[in-house]
This record gives sequence, structure tokens and C-alpha cells, in this order.
Amino acid sequence: MLNNYQSSGYPLWSNGPTPGGFYNFTGGQQTHKLPSELVTEGPYGTKRNTSSITTGSSVLGIRFDEGVMIAADTLVSYGSLARYQDIHRVFKINNNIILGGSGDFADIQSIKRNIDQKMIEDQYYDDQITMKPKELSSWLTRVLYGRRSRMNPLYIDVVVGGVDKQGVPFLGNVDLRGRAYEDYVVATGFARHLALPLVRERKPADRDFTAQEASDLIRKCMEVLYYRDTRNMSKYTVGVCTTSNCLVEGPYNVNENWTFAANIKGY
Amino acid sequence: MSTIGTGYDLSASQFSPDGRVFQIDYASKAVEKWGTVIGLRGKNGVVLAVEKIITSSLHEPDAGGRIFTIERNIGMAVAGLMADANYIADIARQEAANFRQQFEKPIPLKHLCDRVSGYIHAYTLYSAVRPFGISVLLASWDETDGPQLYKIEPSGSSFGYYACASGKAKQQAKTEMEKFKFAEMDTETLVKRAGEIIYRVHDELKDKNFRFEMGLVAQETQGTHCINHELYTLSARNAGESAKDDDDGSDNEGPQ
Repeated sequence: MLNNYQSSGYPLWSNGPTPGGFYNFTGGQQTHKLPSELVTEGPYGTKRNTSSITTGSSVLGIRFDEGVMIAADTLVSYGSLARYQDIHRVFKINNNIILGGSGDFADIQSIKRNIDQKMIEDQYYDDQITMKPKELSSWLTRVLYGRRSRMNPLYIDVVVGGVDKQGVPFLGNVDLRGRAYEDYVVATGFARHLALPLVRERKPADRDFTAQEASDLIRKCMEVLYYRDTRNMSKYTVGVCTTSNCLVEGPYNVNENWTFAANIKGY
Repeated sequence: MSTIGTGYDLSASQFSPDGRVFQIDYASKAVEKWGTVIGLRGKNGVVLAVEKIITSSLHEPDAGGRIFTIERNIGMAVAGLMADANYIADIARQEAANFRQQFEKPIPLKHLCDRVSGYIHAYTLYSAVRPFGISVLLASWDETDGPQLYKIEPSGSSFGYYACASGKAKQQAKTEMEKFKFAEMDTETLVKRAGEIIYRVHDELKDKNFRFEMGLVAQETQGTHCINHELYTLSARNAGESAKDDDDGSDNEGPQ
């Protein structure tokens, strides 16, 4: 009731942003305003949507001597409900790039559409230059960081992989704040806890993985994830990118074995 | 020209008493000044070919390209004012991107042709604008619709074709085309025919140098539109060169 009461007769806060708003720095652009249907106006500012609705779980990527592999299961959950069970979450972007997406699936679809359009624009120039995984990863950091800076992040965690012009493999991760890193193994979601250590303990110190080792590890990890992560299912797809080919394989099924279940007691 | 001085050719928004819009006729005239462009629709693909006349030896070989990529599987070739062509290429790309954004699939060529021809037609209706001085060939191949070829005139009217031509030697090119049944032709042969036609209709007396340029979208290219595809373009150029040599040879046989 006393929200707008000013005893002094002077505004307490002038030339500043409205509560919850942004400063307009000189020389800067106007502050970004979201469409009214996306925000809830309140007396002290605006409330934005801050949660994801339909989500994809873990993505696991492994780099090997001549390429990369990225795997994700085919489940898109609606809360804890296993809502969509045949959705590919690993995409071929062009002949050099594969991308695996986890997090809010609507946001993944949205960014995927953007990237697909970029690939067509790449073709317009007819200069035989195509985007490489490192460039896409870098671009994603800028988009995602820009979105988080405008307080409207894309709720996604993506794994980008592929090979560059020289055939050098690249594997990296970009998250919803635009943070990024590269490594021989990257994972998002539960795979970060469950799959990363499994892959790391099998990494030979003196050399890269071979394609066969990477493939076997992915199979093992997808099985573990299926057992231990409730937002996982037994079906998964694998994107493979090397200099000679780039494609998404599958769906495959994990080796289910429930014989141990009879021995579990005390739950 | 009889139209000049009558007053009916001053704007695109007025008919002449005998039912013509002279600005459109002038635009078509402008198209005929430019190097020949042809489109051939075969069994598994479409080829677009251009006789790019080299106006200055100071230009780079690939300067002023007249073939554009509109979508992954859609190519466009133009005869006419290049500034207009670049603008229409941009419009077509926007339409294709817009369709993709809405339906998450590439635009069927029929729809793209409708949208672009509608746009070109709108520029024949108002006094404040002039019609586009270009003739546009649109080509695509995909798994469901197969090969597709359309041509849009400066008037904004468009048709689907088995084979079509625009520019300087439009008539000669059409005469050459009528000798073949392109609908049953494989891509390899189609490309060679394109080379032969462009090299044959090129008038060496009027324009000394030209560069053969080619757009190809076919099953063989996995439905991707390729500009100057290395192997196919070489094959077309070779076929063109030897067709031209044959013609020259037969000319020499007659009495000098």
C-alpha cells in the first residue's frame, strides 16, 4: 500500500534503472526488453522464466586419435516423466562438426535452427570454406554469454566436436553461461559424475584413445548412465566425426543385465 | 522505338492503349543484352549454365558470378542487371530462410518461385518503382519432388520448364534444346549438353571472351547445389570446346 509513498517529496532514486532493471550506459544500446508474454511484471521488477520444461539428460563426448564421438540417449523428459523416447539429441552440423545437446530441449531446437541456417549461409559464399568445430564452439560461447548477460539464458549444455581442416580432432563443451573448455573427454549432466571418471581411468598416459576404445567406452558409459541416472533410457545415438566421414549412428541399445537385481536387499 | 514520346512508357503503373506496360518491355530488352543463361532439367538433376561475358581483362576470373545458392538444394541463375540480381538473390534467401524457420524443412521450389515471382510482379504495379531488369532461373533437386526448374520473367510471370533459356542467344539456345529429350537424360550427359549449348550459341564476333559457369543440383551431388563443381564443370567445358571445334570444322568444309 505504501509502495509509492515518498515522504521527502523527492524521488529516492533518480537517473537510475527501475528496480530490477538495467543501467543505460552512455553510448550503449537501449536495454533489451523481452516480450510481455515472457515476463511477469511486478512492483519491484520483472520475473522471467528460470526453469526448463522438457529436458534432455547427459551427453558424453570422447576424442580419439583421428576424430571424436558424441553420444546421448534418445529420451526427452517432461519433469520426471519419460515423455519423448525417440528423440535424437546428437546432430550432424556439417561435414566437420557434430553437436550433442542437453538441457532444455526447446532451447536446443532453437539454437539448432540457428546453426542450420548459418551452415546454409556458409554455402552462399561458395568459397569452399566451411565452419570448423572450434569456430562453432567459440560462436556458441558468445551467443550463450550474451543471453546470460541479458538475464535470459538458453538452458542448454552442449558438446561440440569434430575435425578441423588439418584433420585435428576437437572436442569441447559450452554451457548455459557461455563457459567453455576442451578436453579428450567432456560430459554434461550426470555423465560428468558417472562417465568422466570411467573414461579418465582408462586413458593411456602416452597416447590418444583409438576409435575402437572410444566406441567401447561410450557403450560402457551409456550402460552405467542407464542404470544410475533416472532421467536416462536404454536407447542412444552416437555421432562420429573423422576426416573421412561424419554421421550420426544408431539408435543402439545398451547391454541390459538385471540378474544382479535379485541380490539387492534392504531398500 | 514507337513507344517513345507517347507518354505511356514513363511509369510501370499505366497501360498503353494497346494494352502493354512499356516499362516491362524495356526490362525484357535489358535482359536480352546479357550473356545467355540456360537451365536443363534431367532425370536426376538440374543444371544451370551461364555464358559469362568478360568485359575487362582486369577482372578476376570468378568476379561477377551469375549463379547463386539460395538454399542447400536450390540454385539460381540470372540474366540481366547484376545489381538487381544480387538484390533478388537476397530476397529469395530470406524467403527460403523464413520458410525453414517456420516449417523446419527446405522450401519446395514451387513455393519459392511463387514468393519470388510475386515480389518481382509487385515492382510492375507502381509508378514509383521500376521493374527488375532480370530473368531468373531457379533449380532444385530433392528426394520427394525430384528435379525442378522454373523461370521468372521481369513481368513476374513464372513457368516450370524441362529446359529454358534467357539472355542474348535465347532463341538459338531454344532451337538447340528442342533437339533433345532432357527428361530422360542422366546428369553426366545433361552437363555435357549444357556445355555444348553455351559454347555453340556464344557469338565470338560480338563478344570475344566468356567464361562458362555452371550450377548443379542433382542426386549425384547428394541434393546440394554446387557452383562450378570441379569434375562436372570440366566435363561440360570440354564437351563445349569440342562441339565448337566441330562446328568450326564443318564451316570450313564448305566453299570459302
